[in-house]
Amino acid sequence: MRRRLRKNVRYTFWIIAAGSLLIYAQPGWSFDPADAPETVTIDGLSELYEPVEFNHAQHIEMAACSDCHHHTVGTVSTRWNCIKCHNNPQESDSISCSDCHTKDRFGSSYLATLDDPELFHKEKPGLKGAFHLNCIGCHQDTGGPTGCEDCHIMNEAGRKRFNVGEYAPNRQ
Amino acid sequence: MKKNMINRRSFIKGGFAGAAAASALKNKESKAAGDFDHYPNSMGVLVDVNRCVGCRSCEAACNKEQNLPEPEKPFNDYSVFEEDVHHDDNKHEGGHHGGPRRRTDETRYTVVNKYEVPEIDHPLFRKNQCNHCLEPACLTSCFVKAYTKTPEGAVVYNPDVCVGCRTCMIACPFYIPTFKYSSAFEPRIMKCIFCYDTRLKEGRPPACVEACPQEALHFGKRLDLLDIGRKRIRNNPGKYVDHIYGEHEAGGTNWLYLSPVSFDKVGFDVHVPHEPIINFVRDFLSIVPMVLVIWPALFAGFHLLANKKNANQHDQNEKEA
Repeated sequence: MRRRLRKNVRYTFWIIAAGSLLIYAQPGWSFDPADAPETVTIDGLSELYEPVEFNHAQHIEMAACSDCHHHTVGTVSTRWNCIKCHNNPQESDSISCSDCHTKDRFGSSYLATLDDPELFHKEKPGLKGAFHLNCIGCHQDTGGPTGCEDCHIMNEAGRKRFNVGEYAPNRQ
Repeated sequence: MKKNMINRRSFIKGGFAGAAAASALKNKESKAAGDFDHYPNSMGVLVDVNRCVGCRSCEAACNKEQNLPEPEKPFNDYSVFEEDVHHDDNKHEGGHHGGPRRRTDETRYTVVNKYEVPEIDHPLFRKNQCNHCLEPACLTSCFVKAYTKTPEGAVVYNPDVCVGCRTCMIACPFYIPTFKYSSAFEPRIMKCIFCYDTRLKEGRPPACVEACPQEALHFGKRLDLLDIGRKRIRNNPGKYVDHIYGEHEAGGTNWLYLSPVSFDKVGFDVHVPHEPIINFVRDFLSIVPMVLVIWPALFAGFHLLANKKNANQHDQNEKEA
């Protein structure tokens, strides 16, 4: 009887220990990739191109969350310059690209915010820059598509801008 | 008699030497006062050759923003990078490192060129357009003041006063202003104006910057861009050469460049002097007013003196007669 109780106590101890170890080992436990969207529609360039249906699910299998989402998804960055400040493995309130990367990167109102002498992220790319720098950079390394029209299908305004299709230069 | 006379050649020589010496002395004292005080908050663009992927979006955006003529080929046609390979006329742009060299002309204010360099396993692309010098040679060489340097940083051009002399084309160390030969009787220089009228004036970036997907073109205050450039060089060891082209070239330009290889390999003229082009002719030009004012009086005096005797003789002859 007494021996059985001891055994139970021992089991309970190990279960709690193992459980707490599991929790400790996964700092990003609150972020679940399963909750992530299957696809993300990116239409920032809709003026010239059809929206891009980004296959998020496919990319989850190929890259770590932090490769694109930096420190916002509850993992600590491996980049020395980031962990100087972002060393708390906590999920951010928002992890959407456009919440930090502005669409109008070189507009006067955004440029005015860069005058703050305390501001560290003075060179943070805008939304378009963030996408292309990150996507093309990785695609070059991994053999993914890198041509403009591999991802972007021109709409009419785009064909007009680039003199393509019905707007192609016709030289007599 | 002949011994004491100075012949014309040595007189002119002496005159020039004296004037040059005078201007050199004068220059030492007044150089700082004569130098143009740059606009401290002027805007610029930092071009990162490392980031450019040669998509030609900037060329397309510029063409539409500036209402330039239809291009010869669509802007998504990358065969243009293979045009004019090893063209002799373009030797000043990159020497004999090979690779194509398209230039700005009356139909395009900006061009992107492709450069293959042995040390890098992929081609590099470099955008070319007016660099918007702090002390533009086009402006200082123009005798009708067709050019203006705006406080925002743009070098803009006024076709209404231009007489079509094309001195600016010769003065520009970057070979940027081009002449609209198709309308020679209505002289018109064609060059990038930093989208001043339509965008920069209102605090917006030029069309090419807005179109660039890679942020290879970074718009901001020139002084901030120098900081960003230095930071990029420092934080990415081995990725850039330790130089920002345009910080000092031609006395400084509002467009600045970063490159992973020495700049002459990606089409830059690395022999552009580090002081404004006007400095090379300022000494000479300072003589011109002196020559124009002193010489007529001086020679008129000589003439009068030389003829005084004749005139007196003439009078006497008349009296005698």
